[in-house]
Amino acid sequence: MAAGLTAIRVDGLRVVRGGNIVLNELSCDVAEGSVTGLLGPSGSGKTTLLRAIVGVQRVAGGSVEVLGAPAGSEPLRSRVGYMTQAPSVYGDLTVRENLRFFARVLGAPGGSVERAIEEVSLGDHAGRVVSRLSGGQRTRVSLATALLGAPDLLVLDEPTVGLDPVLRRDLWELFHGLAERGAALLVSSHVMDEADRCDALLLLREGRLLAQSTPAEVRERTGCERLDDAFLRLVEEEEEEE
Amino acid sequence: MRVTGAVAVRVLAQLRRDPRTIALIVGVPCLLETLLKELFAGRSPVFQHVGAPLLGLFPFVTMFLVTSITMLRERTSGTLERLMTLPLSKLDLLAGYGAAFALVAAIQAGVVSALTFGALGLEVQGPRTVVAALAVANAVLGTALGLFVSAFAQTEFQAVQFMPAMVFPQILLCGLFVGRGAMATWLRWISDALPPTYAYDALAHTAADTLDGRFAADVAVVCGCILLALGLGAATLRRRTA
Repeated sequence: MAAGLTAIRVDGLRVVRGGNIVLNELSCDVAEGSVTGLLGPSGSGKTTLLRAIVGVQRVAGGSVEVLGAPAGSEPLRSRVGYMTQAPSVYGDLTVRENLRFFARVLGAPGGSVERAIEEVSLGDHAGRVVSRLSGGQRTRVSLATALLGAPDLLVLDEPTVGLDPVLRRDLWELFHGLAERGAALLVSSHVMDEADRCDALLLLREGRLLAQSTPAEVRERTGCERLDDAFLRLVEEEEEEE
Repeated sequence: MRVTGAVAVRVLAQLRRDPRTIALIVGVPCLLETLLKELFAGRSPVFQHVGAPLLGLFPFVTMFLVTSITMLRERTSGTLERLMTLPLSKLDLLAGYGAAFALVAAIQAGVVSALTFGALGLEVQGPRTVVAALAVANAVLGTALGLFVSAFAQTEFQAVQFMPAMVFPQILLCGLFVGRGAMATWLRWISDALPPTYAYDALAHTAADTLDGRFAADVAVVCGCILLALGLGAATLRRRTA
């Protein structure tokens, strides 16, 4: 793992929604030049944490610092790429029209559109209207918009859900390639077998951080070879402590 | 400017994908003006009286509806949240929508004017270009109000109901159907507070070729209402949401 500088520093983050505590006093760090996985079951607060990091989540307390500035502040908006969980692209535009729009808003150079299309392997579909694409293809259009403008931080909410194994492997290679060039990536997933592809891990459960670690450390600490089992072991440990 | 242009181009590209909607935007007012002409065939002065004001007020209704649905989609599909993470100011978004729909309104006003002043034989004392210009101003007013009310609808069914709820009373009270002098005092007070009243008055002055100080004041009020509605619309766009 490349021990880089800190890209994200979350300190005592609290999010309350409709009277329910979604994130409770959560603190964690994400390093530059590496791929950090945010893992946890559905409903554990992953999306809420990612939204707080990109600055669209109303927070009740704590602080989130991104690339040395408060989350969501103006200078960050061209440096952070965000992919939402449900594809947030225009269904009535083609793949290329969508990307051109986002590139113009970002002020990204002209060549970045075609590069992003290639990076998510949608070259054959660039002229097709997004609403006629499959779910997995739409996910990749959404991912491509996040790649535009060579962001220093990529916040990706379940980018590989519903994709076939070959595409998933290609995308993880892409993520690590971007990290090698110095970018920080925070990638959420509810599938534990993706944890092994990450340099660092944030394990989330019921709005609390279960562990901030690496796949190797988690295995060593729990004595479980499968990360699925390791996660369960950590949950049990925490419940015993209570 | 770059971002405003990007938004306008994108909104127009989306509309271009939907030729049926364009046909309806242009065709429906043509149909209604023709119907009106035939309906009052024996009493031509009625058509001469209402033809020009209706020509100027149609775009208000059309653009209100089209914008409120388009913006509601932007809010519910997640693209608005995505845009809020980008270097895009709220003004860019509103101005982009305004510019795109003003252009559509100009096309609508051009076609409907050609038909109404041509084949249908509508006559106005004042300049026809002023009627068309007022139609475009009313379209921008409709767009601005549509952007604002889209914040209060959760579904497209609700958004559609805002048209009879918000637009019909304004048109009924603007002085076209019943002269403002003949209204009950309390109705006239409400009429005083509604922007189409001033749009109608400006159109009536154009039709009678009395482009005096009152006309200038009407135009100023309509422009002020556009800015106010855009301001209210901007207030409903939040970067951070629950």
